[in-house]
Amino acid sequence: MTLSTTPTLTRRSALAAALAAMAWRPALAAAEPDAAQANALHVLNRLAFGPTPGDLDRVTRMGAPAWIAEQLHPDRLALPSFLVDQLATLQTPHETQRELVDGYKQMQKEAKAAKQAETASPDGKKPATAEDAARRQKVAAITVEAGQERLLQALNSPRQLQEVLVDFWFNHFNVFQGKGLDRVLVESYEREAIRPHVFGRFRSMLGATAKHPAMLFYLDNWLSVAPGYQPRRGAAKASGLNENYARELMELHTLGVDGGYTQQDVTELARILTGWTLAPDRPQHRRFLDGPDNSASGHGDSIFAFDPERHDNGTKTWLGHAVAPRGQLEGEAALDVLARHPATARHIAFKLARRFVADEPAPELVSQVAQRFLDTDGDLRAAMQAIVDSPEFHDPRPVKFKTPYQYVMSSVRATGITTTNVKPLMAVLTQLGQPLYGCQTPDGYHDTEADWLNPNAVTQRVNFATALASGKLPLQRVDDPNAPVGEANGMKAMERQADRAMAGKQPVEGSTPPVDADALLVTLGPAISDKTRATVAASAPALRAALVLGSPDFMRR
Amino acid sequence: MQRRQLLQAAATAGFAWAAVGRTAFATTASPSGQPLPGNKRLIVVFLRGAVDGLSVVAPYGEGAYYQARSSIALARPGQDGGLIDLDGHFGLNPNLAPLMPLWQSGKLAFVQASGSPDPTRSHFDAQDYMESGTPGRKGTPDGWLNRLLGAEPPVVAQAGAHAGVTRGISVGATLPRIWAGANPVANIANGARATKPTLLDRPQVSQAFDALYAGDDAMSKAYRESQQSRAEVNEAMTPAAMDREQMAANNGAPLPNGFPDDAARLAQLMRRDPNVQIAFLALGGWDTHVNQGGAKGQLANRLQPLGQGLAELATRLGPAFDDTTVLVISEFGRTVRQNGTGGTDHGHGNVMWALGGNIAGGKVYGRWPGIDASALNEGRDLAVTTDFRQVLAGVCARNLGLPDRKLAEVFPGFNGAPLNLARV
Repeated sequence: MTLSTTPTLTRRSALAAALAAMAWRPALAAAEPDAAQANALHVLNRLAFGPTPGDLDRVTRMGAPAWIAEQLHPDRLALPSFLVDQLATLQTPHETQRELVDGYKQMQKEAKAAKQAETASPDGKKPATAEDAARRQKVAAITVEAGQERLLQALNSPRQLQEVLVDFWFNHFNVFQGKGLDRVLVESYEREAIRPHVFGRFRSMLGATAKHPAMLFYLDNWLSVAPGYQPRRGAAKASGLNENYARELMELHTLGVDGGYTQQDVTELARILTGWTLAPDRPQHRRFLDGPDNSASGHGDSIFAFDPERHDNGTKTWLGHAVAPRGQLEGEAALDVLARHPATARHIAFKLARRFVADEPAPELVSQVAQRFLDTDGDLRAAMQAIVDSPEFHDPRPVKFKTPYQYVMSSVRATGITTTNVKPLMAVLTQLGQPLYGCQTPDGYHDTEADWLNPNAVTQRVNFATALASGKLPLQRVDDPNAPVGEANGMKAMERQADRAMAGKQPVEGSTPPVDADALLVTLGPAISDKTRATVAASAPALRAALVLGSPDFMRR
Repeated sequence: MQRRQLLQAAATAGFAWAAVGRTAFATTASPSGQPLPGNKRLIVVFLRGAVDGLSVVAPYGEGAYYQARSSIALARPGQDGGLIDLDGHFGLNPNLAPLMPLWQSGKLAFVQASGSPDPTRSHFDAQDYMESGTPGRKGTPDGWLNRLLGAEPPVVAQAGAHAGVTRGISVGATLPRIWAGANPVANIANGARATKPTLLDRPQVSQAFDALYAGDDAMSKAYRESQQSRAEVNEAMTPAAMDREQMAANNGAPLPNGFPDDAARLAQLMRRDPNVQIAFLALGGWDTHVNQGGAKGQLANRLQPLGQGLAELATRLGPAFDDTTVLVISEFGRTVRQNGTGGTDHGHGNVMWALGGNIAGGKVYGRWPGIDASALNEGRDLAVTTDFRQVLAGVCARNLGLPDRKLAEVFPGFNGAPLNLARV
């Protein structure tokens, strides 16, 4: 620290002292029950998706520091059996990358054949083939399963910080489900490339995302080849460089846009990464060397491959250094450089601080977290520890405006409803402008009040709160897995039903009972102000729970 | 923070409405001065992801175009899947054929080789600059459309128009950067959801929530803005009126989902609600790094509904189109040479589109720098010869009637000459 930061340090120590006096230490909790409860609420709002019934009491009693310590080591927390049972019903996690990709290609082939049949048929109408229906059904099922896996855990897992971080890191390394192959790959991507690493090393997550077919496909690197490369017959068309991934790798994933690189650095990094591709589907064409980090995902079924024939074997000049030709090792070394770069540390620290502390986090907080990131070689648990150790984190004011995702998750959690069907929530997220896995651009969803607070957002949230509180969302509907997609089962149908729920139409099958406002107020404790409580108490009983969830108080965390 | 400023400004300007009903909005005063003169309107369509301008208005007259794009260049006019000739040098992408009547009647113009003076190839920085209107400056807190809303205009709107919260309308669930700032803006959902009934339309529900959102905080203001604009939108777009328009315009055939549908809805709202002066919508999916295609393919599939939607917009605005300018903009162009994967990478100069009754169209504006190797920006992109602010400022000044002294407020730090695209 330099002298110039002294005044800030003074302010920080004052803040720390004040917070310590507010029963931050558990020893004082008994003497200051209100402050201890406020602390519990604060950590549940920032490190979890808000309290479920009983959480506030439990965390108040055990003390926020003990709860945070647990959250930082999620393997110490057992998953409840009903969650384990629900996750066990999912099919997609058992499919290999190869099966998912081959399945999708097969579907595409069938679709093409059906289209040709359409042209050939005299009336020009598309015959709705059984294969066609099966294809759509399969893709829709994978979409819904990805949502089930994500949202059931966000709602019900006691490992809340892990779930918050899965959302954060997926968004940081965003891929878009609507693009081609990624329709079937987001579940695998999150499970293999994101989830295992949220408390691990940044370099591991960086490598896992770089090699996952979802990212290779999304940012086109799988097609990027040395100039003049001649693809063999049947291989995907590619005859040169594609710099899409190389650019976003530096701009978004690591250094940040002001991280000090040039257009030449983008082109050179793209050359370094040529040959990082997908193994071809026909076994006789497999002629790839396994790289040193080929099983970074921890799963033996990775279809990442380094193809030396596609690799540009010239010498590159990247970030001011000459890079000698070394095949795949060039890319591995580049990822090492990026993961350890001070600009990367700053970029990651800023984004974490923005997520967990404030829209415009204090520069000294950012540099402290960045320093911890550098000191620990990108240990993401240590970076989180630096966040929660900071006095800024413990400022109890609810200054963060919830994203739609945070708002929807915290609403359902607060009601205590056991959700078994997440499709209505996926539809609501689409209505609120944050479709799950639906961010088209690689920068992911933004994370500030300016991005999310707008007139339509507030009233849409109020409509959702009212529908949820009055039991109009079919969160417990049992869907027939064999029902044809597009009729009752598909996401479009679900969106129409969510529209109906927002309009207050009669509850449909599988809806939940109306939410009890008094219980809700106990669950949320000091999150709801006395003023709001008075307004709620003066309203019609049937609307009270809706007013709590739809209150301005509940939109912040 | 921008949002807070917006609402604080609204509060200090005496923005006061109690539980807003359908008639209440007629009496509220604009927080930020008067409407733009007459009934001049502006619609901005942002193509996020950098559309390939050389495939929109293609320089088929240059051999370099065909050399640089062996598999994605569009064929010369007259050939199968060929361009539609514009002026003997440039041709329009055949997927934009629905726009040709506008070109022929002189209501559609393009500005080729336009773009930002800032060299960034980051989508996100370049969009930020185009929306703040201050290329190279990241600290600008507000967007130029919001500043335009606030610029004091010289002439009062025609009798009957009232300045309310719907002077600025954004289509979509979020408010983009271009709207950030001190003046209130309403947003409506994409698609049919914009006019579907909701629980808040029930008086007993809205009354209960009105009491919770009666304060001066940002969320209360946003809530009230939304309720007020919804009342206005509902009035302008009753289901019966929508159905009639739909039938008349399409002989009963529904529009495809997406842009044509949103454009038709917006046109109806703007025609029926004289409050709405500035509207914005954005379309994604233009970042064609791979297999971009030519007359058919990925880019063609994006351009086709865009052309159809813009044509719908012009038709359905009816007489209001005479006073409307539609601008189609995108953060930068794409590389002149196709890349190794049948696509194009992030480039620099691009084409801007302007449609409207008062656009002196039928012309491709801008100094064309050519696409010979020696003319390229950094050896790879179409150079920028017209600053995008010259086009925006020109439309504000000449088509919307914004006085010159106000231009500096809308485009701070810009000293260039506005480009005049106006007919009169």
